[in-house]
Amino acid sequence: MTDRVEGREKVTGQAKYAFEYPAEDVAYAAAVQASVGKGEVAAVDTEAALRLPGVLAVLFWENAPKLGEVSDGELALFQSPKVSYRGQFVAAVVGETLETAREAARLLHIEYTEETPDVRLRADHPGLYKPAKVNPVFPADTEQGEPEDAFRDSAVRVDVTYTTPAEHNNPMEPHTTLAQWNDDGTLTLYDSNQGASTVQATVAKLFGLDPAQVRVVSPHVGGGFGSKGTPRPNVVLAAMAARAVGRPVKFAVPRQQMFATTGYRTPTIQRLRLGADEDGRLNAIVHEVFEQTSTVREFAEQTATPTRVMYQAPHRRTSHRLVRLDVPSPSWMRAPGETPGMYALESAMDELAIAAGIDPIELRVRNDTDREPESGLPFSSRNLVACLREGADRFGWAGRDPAPGVRREGRKLIGTGVAASTYPAYMPPNKATARAEPDGTFTVRIAAADIGTGARTALTLIAAEALKADLDQVRVEIGDSSFPKASVAGGSGGTAGWGTAVVRACEALRGMLNGSVPPEGLEASADTAEEIRAREKYARHAFGAQFAEVEVDADTGEVRVRRMLGVFAAGRIINPKTARSQFIGGMTMGIGMALMEESVMDAEFGGYLNRDLAQYHVPACADVRDIDATWVEESDPHLNPMGSKGIGEIGLVGAAAAVGNAVHHATGVRVRDLPITPARLLDDF
Amino acid sequence: MRPFAYERATSVQDALERHSDGAVYLGGGTNLVDLMRLGVEEPARLVDVAHLPHDQIELRPDGSLVIGAAVSNSALAADRTVREGHPMLAQAVLAGASGQVRNLATVAGNLLQRTRCPYFQDASKPCNKRDPGSGCPAREGEHHNLAIMGHSPECVATHPSDMAVALAALGASIRIQGRAGERTIPIDELHRLPENEPERDTTLEPGDLITAVEVPPLGMPSRYRKVRERASFAFALVSVAAALDVDDGVVRDVRLALGGVAHKPWRAWHTEDALRGAEMTGESFQRAAEVELGVAEPLRDNAYKVPLVRNLIVRTLTELAERGAS
Amino acid sequence: MDMPIYAEITLVVNGTGHRLSVDTRASLLDVLREDLGLTGSKKGCDHGQCGACTVLLDGRRANGCLALAVAHDGAEVVTVEGLAKDGRLSPLQEAFIEHDAFQCGYCTPGQLCSATGMLDEAEQGWPSAVTGDLGADTVLDDEEIRERMSGNLCRCGAYAGIVAAVRQAAQRREAAGT
Repeated sequence: MTDRVEGREKVTGQAKYAFEYPAEDVAYAAAVQASVGKGEVAAVDTEAALRLPGVLAVLFWENAPKLGEVSDGELALFQSPKVSYRGQFVAAVVGETLETAREAARLLHIEYTEETPDVRLRADHPGLYKPAKVNPVFPADTEQGEPEDAFRDSAVRVDVTYTTPAEHNNPMEPHTTLAQWNDDGTLTLYDSNQGASTVQATVAKLFGLDPAQVRVVSPHVGGGFGSKGTPRPNVVLAAMAARAVGRPVKFAVPRQQMFATTGYRTPTIQRLRLGADEDGRLNAIVHEVFEQTSTVREFAEQTATPTRVMYQAPHRRTSHRLVRLDVPSPSWMRAPGETPGMYALESAMDELAIAAGIDPIELRVRNDTDREPESGLPFSSRNLVACLREGADRFGWAGRDPAPGVRREGRKLIGTGVAASTYPAYMPPNKATARAEPDGTFTVRIAAADIGTGARTALTLIAAEALKADLDQVRVEIGDSSFPKASVAGGSGGTAGWGTAVVRACEALRGMLNGSVPPEGLEASADTAEEIRAREKYARHAFGAQFAEVEVDADTGEVRVRRMLGVFAAGRIINPKTARSQFIGGMTMGIGMALMEESVMDAEFGGYLNRDLAQYHVPACADVRDIDATWVEESDPHLNPMGSKGIGEIGLVGAAAAVGNAVHHATGVRVRDLPITPARLLDDF
Repeated sequence: MRPFAYERATSVQDALERHSDGAVYLGGGTNLVDLMRLGVEEPARLVDVAHLPHDQIELRPDGSLVIGAAVSNSALAADRTVREGHPMLAQAVLAGASGQVRNLATVAGNLLQRTRCPYFQDASKPCNKRDPGSGCPAREGEHHNLAIMGHSPECVATHPSDMAVALAALGASIRIQGRAGERTIPIDELHRLPENEPERDTTLEPGDLITAVEVPPLGMPSRYRKVRERASFAFALVSVAAALDVDDGVVRDVRLALGGVAHKPWRAWHTEDALRGAEMTGESFQRAAEVELGVAEPLRDNAYKVPLVRNLIVRTLTELAERGAS
Repeated sequence: MDMPIYAEITLVVNGTGHRLSVDTRASLLDVLREDLGLTGSKKGCDHGQCGACTVLLDGRRANGCLALAVAHDGAEVVTVEGLAKDGRLSPLQEAFIEHDAFQCGYCTPGQLCSATGMLDEAEQGWPSAVTGDLGADTVLDDEEIRERMSGNLCRCGAYAGIVAAVRQAAQRREAAGT
């Protein structure tokens, strides 16, 4: 139960985020967004903006420097007059003050040639296509046996379609960069991101630099949830602006602009067909996914991939179809794929339990498997059943009356629901160094990121254990691209990936220590690429079970989550205190997904209509009542030296299904389109 | 944001004199500054009236209240006389915004806050309220939280205030200092329906300064109930402010106003008329609610508000009746 | 062409007086962060919708982003940097660490200033939207804390820890009789 090592800095306001670094003679950038849904910039009238005192530069496609090619088209800032979606950045202004920059951006007069944008995702869109792969490297489609026939011949069948809306990550700290070109031609970026090494490599390519000429500094990051996992236009804009005016430039994407330019989770349409025998043993699983990407880049959310992992069934098929729309590019958002996919699968499992007259926990137990169903690989460990059993005990599931819509407290309808969780245990290659200092302390360096995950604290614990040192003797330094190259804080692979490199560096250092440390210190380094390549073949995944109790106002359709419990099996938990926060944080986001989060596409003009935190609701303190997370002890020798799986995302997976299943239990109404709002519930009351 | 001059008014007369073309009065700024940053409001001059001596709440011997225009939302809700004599007013204020916003926001500013229609708030899109004659994309676009009553082809916006709904039910009056002198109007005549001038939220004339709100005594149990997706810190889908006086199973008097349904706080006069003298039963509450909802013209995606309002009226009146009867 | 307009104001921030020339458009938040270098107060939305900018303005919690600096000439402001006294953390700050009431830390300064102001409001008997009996004394149970802290969004979802931390600080304050 270790307190967050940077806790004191964070509660005293001393922890510095990207916008907050002092810079001599700093200027401010403001961005202009396209006000048409598709088309081209025809003319930019800069006169009024440039006449404003204190305006230093205007940048747009005609005068912007040519950038190097990178795979993400969203980073090709101001490289052409093309407008691919409403809200795309088309120009930037640099001014002496924030107020001046923003006013100049408003005064920039831009004319467009305009085309009608195609922005609506539908399952019969003529542009739907099968992507070559879904993220990161999974096949778009899989099939085993005769799923159609097997489904048709099953005794108990569920054939349902769920939709999830676009959802925005909305970290509290906007995407921010302070860019500074140094006299020697190098570039320093104070930047809000989930991986300094990634930003360094990408920015170097864009600006034609050697990676060593770019330094990215990001010790504290105000949340990301995937949206800072790859560089976003803010870093390009700030670097370009700083070069144009020859001064340091700061740019934080205003909240309204984040809704178009910093990524979001694609909306999905998912048809689920589950066929089972009378005892609930699955015979056929068919999971078909329809989702969107942009015309700027392909982003193929791996929505059906958890269905390849979860339950046994001899006949099965999964598929993904994408359509390129004139919309902002969807991108990474916490547990991409698993979050929308498990919402649909675990809601359908609840419907199957009801159709078969079997308890939903029992149904899942009956379809448990010790081999990954599609790959046939053995699981390195799989404790889904233990999570379900432990959770049932703690939550008080026994004796639950499955009848929906029959429990009332005054005008409130009460119900409970359960859903399973899963997330892959990734372990990306990393490098790290460990130093013994002459004063008896140790310094460990790796370009990892702590975006609120507790990574700094976990790595300190891991290093201290490997060094057999006390915690206060160990200093872990992260968030700087000048440290050894690290993977991003993503895929719940941070602790496993970074931690392994830290352990190996510390072990190497211990091998060098014999008595005294020389005045210049001793340093050892590690690179885990080879070790990871040589790993045995296993299916490695974390699992969990989520339980929710809801009350639904019978008159208004307002849903409130009274109690929520998550039980997880995620390998060894390095720091219970911060791990619990991670699980609960994910579950809280799941409450938002279930009940309020929805980005609404403007069908007429393009772009997302709700673009602030009053219109896009994330859960507030009052939405989160009795919530808790715990875990079952799991010892898995096939993972990594710590024995850990990832914990950053699984808390969100299945959470919305648990809430939705509880709403059905409370009301008898199955809302299959998230979020479950009064409008959607009242329709069926 | 366009540069603006800032002046602090020293008296009501001073405020009126400073208020010339392009000037806007500044109270707490919680909506005005927000809209200026969005480019929706572009005043050339702000005349700060938050420091005028309108920061008192006066309880008159007959139980009525005079609430100064510059009283903060927090101070209004915390005031003992308001909580005891007009609880639905305190509840309505507390249902709005957040603690820190209420500390800044003033009573007059709350009355004059503008719609949260997403098209109104995006200066790059058409909106008849922001840019007269440019069109109303909400009518055929996203309107799930917009008006079901009293809208016009030009505008389907709703008024966002909670406090104003309670004041409407209470039959409050608005004291206004104008260039032609002081006048007092019923709150029902302050906010207006959009008709073909949606750019005008209220009947105020240029330079008019709200100085106080007068609230008559109530003397019966009252309650404000707001429906929202998020449990707190969210605008209403719909809301109801209700007061009910029952005697021997019969409704003697009633006050009812609705929020989130129209361009103005909607006093449910028809329901009130139908209820006075009616039996205190769920059926009569429901019938009375249906009378008001008979004029509802829901849009494509907000028809859910009709049963929601009906249920909310019945529920709130039932709770008040039970309280009155106990 | 509209030229920027500047005004001279004074602010007392965390006990220190400052004489400043500010653009009339500048928010109190931007003046604190950009002019005074007090970057503890955060900008999350710039529209009063997240609470990350919450400071104590003349003793009351307020959104620094919605307050025009020029309109608060002469005000006393306390920011997160002013909550610890002589290097000693306030009970709320200690409780936030103890209960892991934050993850990324970006909303934390606003949560702390908000909770500080909220405890004063509760002590003065201010009701909230969940107060059943508006005539009764304020009892700061978990439901009350949650409602009163709902103006401070936390996307990491640290609310459970925040409520526990505020509850602990409230109880210690009550026990100390201050």
